[in-house]
Amino acid sequence: MTALLEMKSISKTFPGVRALDNVNMTVTAGEIHALVGENGAGKSTLMKVLSGVYPHGEYEGEILFEGTERHFHGIADSERAGIVIIHQELALIPLLSIAENIFLGNERAKNGIMDWAETFKRTEDLLKRVSLKENPRTKITHLGLGKQQLVEIAKALSKEVKLLILDEPTSSLNEKDSEALLDLLVELKGRGVASILISHKLNEITRVADRITVLRDGSTVSTLDCHSQDISEADIVRDMVGRELKDRFPQRKVALGETVFEVRNWTVHHPIHAERKVVKDVSFSVRAGEVVGIAGLMGAGRTELAMSLFGRSYGQHISGEVLMGGKPVDVSSVPKAIANGLCYATEDRKTYGLVLINDIRHNVPLANLGGVSKGLVVDAHAERDVAQRYRERMSIKSSGIDQKTGNLSGGNQQKVVLSKWLYAEPDVLILDEPTRGIDVGAKYEIYTIINDLAAAGKAVVVISSEMPELLGISDRIHVMNEGRFVGEMPVSEASQEKIMSLIVRSSGAAAA
Amino acid sequence: MADITETRREGGQMATLAYLRNHMREYGILFALIAIMVFFQISTDGILLRPTNLTNLVLQNSYIVIMAVGMLLVIVAGHIDLSVGSVMGFIGALAAVLVVQMGIPWPIAAIMCLAVGAAIGAAQGYWIAYWRIPSFIVTLAGMLVFKGLMMVLLKGQSVGPFPEAFRSIASGFIPDVFGLEGLHLTSLLLGIGTAAILLALSISARHKEQRQGAPEEPFAFFAARNAIVVFAIVYLTYLMSTSRGLPNVFIVMAILIVAYSFVAKHTTIGRRIYAVGGNKNAAKLSGINAERLTFLTFANMGMLAALAGLVFAARLNMATPKAGETFELDVIAAVFIGGASMAGGVGTVVGAVVGAFIMGVMNNGMSIMGIGIDWQQMIKGLVLLAAVIFDVYNKNKAG
Repeated sequence: MTALLEMKSISKTFPGVRALDNVNMTVTAGEIHALVGENGAGKSTLMKVLSGVYPHGEYEGEILFEGTERHFHGIADSERAGIVIIHQELALIPLLSIAENIFLGNERAKNGIMDWAETFKRTEDLLKRVSLKENPRTKITHLGLGKQQLVEIAKALSKEVKLLILDEPTSSLNEKDSEALLDLLVELKGRGVASILISHKLNEITRVADRITVLRDGSTVSTLDCHSQDISEADIVRDMVGRELKDRFPQRKVALGETVFEVRNWTVHHPIHAERKVVKDVSFSVRAGEVVGIAGLMGAGRTELAMSLFGRSYGQHISGEVLMGGKPVDVSSVPKAIANGLCYATEDRKTYGLVLINDIRHNVPLANLGGVSKGLVVDAHAERDVAQRYRERMSIKSSGIDQKTGNLSGGNQQKVVLSKWLYAEPDVLILDEPTRGIDVGAKYEIYTIINDLAAAGKAVVVISSEMPELLGISDRIHVMNEGRFVGEMPVSEASQEKIMSLIVRSSGAAAA
Repeated sequence: MADITETRREGGQMATLAYLRNHMREYGILFALIAIMVFFQISTDGILLRPTNLTNLVLQNSYIVIMAVGMLLVIVAGHIDLSVGSVMGFIGALAAVLVVQMGIPWPIAAIMCLAVGAAIGAAQGYWIAYWRIPSFIVTLAGMLVFKGLMMVLLKGQSVGPFPEAFRSIASGFIPDVFGLEGLHLTSLLLGIGTAAILLALSISARHKEQRQGAPEEPFAFFAARNAIVVFAIVYLTYLMSTSRGLPNVFIVMAILIVAYSFVAKHTTIGRRIYAVGGNKNAAKLSGINAERLTFLTFANMGMLAALAGLVFAARLNMATPKAGETFELDVIAAVFIGGASMAGGVGTVVGAVVGAFIMGVMNNGMSIMGIGIDWQQMIKGLVLLAAVIFDVYNKNKAG
């Protein structure tokens, strides 16, 4: 077994964060190597280093491919060497044909004039290799996601690929398509194409992987050999999450009141693919003064659940009931939801949270402009007072309330978003990834704000992909996977292993 | 809080510079207008600011200014309206048919025209807001449709003349109650009064800001800005008072500018339009009805285009099939020269008006100098390009 790829002591630092710390990984020729880890463990960063998205010089350590050291300066470099990465969001152009997509940027042409005969002939050969029975002239938009994945792989094969990297290739595929894809990987392995498979679905990994590298907090935790040992999913999970909780969460006295918020049989369909259910029959309730966490992996349907509850801001064919204080309430539009005391702070503050070109003063009262207005007229002085008050209360670090929110740091932007929703005076507040991309100090401040809200008798729902965070701040945790609530536990009984194994066990099970 | 006051104290000069950098555009456009006026005042040997020419300048640009006010809101909301020139011409034709051919009393006809304008804007706004058809497409269609409808109404001919009372909308002057020889005192007093009120409001606002914590604008800027505004108002109304006084249209324009400035800056509607243009997603998730606001800005634009159509028809004293042609481009150019952003969320009413007058003074000045229409077009195009490049350059430097 010769090493095809060796990544030696790779480190990568972003301002304030060490994303990768001395990572080592070896892929031998003709193997399927799985790369696993929690969200934020550094998998994508490592693959971006490998594929040249972070060019040589922006990271430490060395990359040996086929025995020689490589300095990739972009995806074109790594592809020339035979390393092709297929991203979770497919990079195909929907309105072009299969053949056009496969040879995009690598066109079969003579003197700039397309050689269509050659293009279609080569495409047919490639489609045969990935066992896809489609006309090369078919437009991508007419293919299902499973077939689109196969086109991506055919595209990779057209580039004489030696090492194929697949990032969560089956996350949006059904059981049958996933099977077909995994079989193809095994077949390619037989023909000498190695692959790195990034996946959360441990059952798939144990099925096809020859070796498994586990990343945690930017470091290699272990490399497991599936042939010399008997690897169970539990072994992998332990390595993935086996980290100790430090004292990163403020203490809180819990005083639970009545149930103020209840959701019954909530089902949501995808906004474009109406036949696909994104949220499936979810029911839960929250009591006054309670913090309920929703755990799950990216794509589990948590944001979709929250946004569909908040004025039907996501999805279509929504069914189910929302009760507040025991009575059914109408939350069918955002203004109605806000008026009934339900607010939602987005996971994507730049796109959905703030008007970045406006200053703090204009962003804070945006969801409750009536509060600073007399009739239709905004009272600029009342508005300044409100902005100033929240700036102090949340300790937003800025030159003043006239600073543009686009120029604030992530943590301070998040505080402006929270200010906006606190000023709307909700009874129920859903916080979606409230600490994403912000530093530890600001995280602690946000946890304190969440505690204060609960202490004031609000019902708080926190969606987070960071399990330690959920364990640290929630009273009760729901686990969501593939659109369903698959488990519930009081925080006293919860552990990362328990949450992870609930997710792993339910993955793919629904379709079977 | 303590460290903030600290930084303010030590960085007084830096704060002034930073303020200037952030507001470069707003002051820049004002200085550009002044510079252009000074340039033409010299190069036309003082003809530019002669009372009769000044009055002309106001009358010539009134319809552009009226539409620029509405266009500003449309562009801030993140859209564009290409149909305003055609709508304006169509309404002029409608007024001619109603008043001249059918003999309907002009005030009733005028109200009907404004209502039709608003309905046209609403019809276009409906597709844009609720069906999410791009405004460029909808209003491009509108531009062709209303151009055609105007020709249908006029049957390819000019219709006129209008009754004297109707003409006075555009060509009349406010009455003088004093009757002094050589000086229209009512106009002058009106100018001085307006300047005094603006100054008082400005000072009182600054006082309140001071009570709440230090105001953002350095005092020197505050003083200079107010001095320029007061001087400009008093001087220009004085010049016009020495001739026939203030035109009726001038009063209409002034009221519109003040009212829309207030709506844009100080009402919940205005604030929400800026939020929708700045980040539609965030605005909608903050409970703002973006669709209804978009609809309303277009309905409003239609009404203002109708008003401009009435003024234009009254000024020409007839409706012609050529009316309003390419005016939409002047209006849009004025708004962008005035600092609005194509992406939406940025721009001021006053900026758009100043932008309209920059174009107007250049037209007027170059015509007096005898520069041909060919050169005028080229120079105006380059000024528009330069203004927007200046914007982008500033943004990149700041960002």
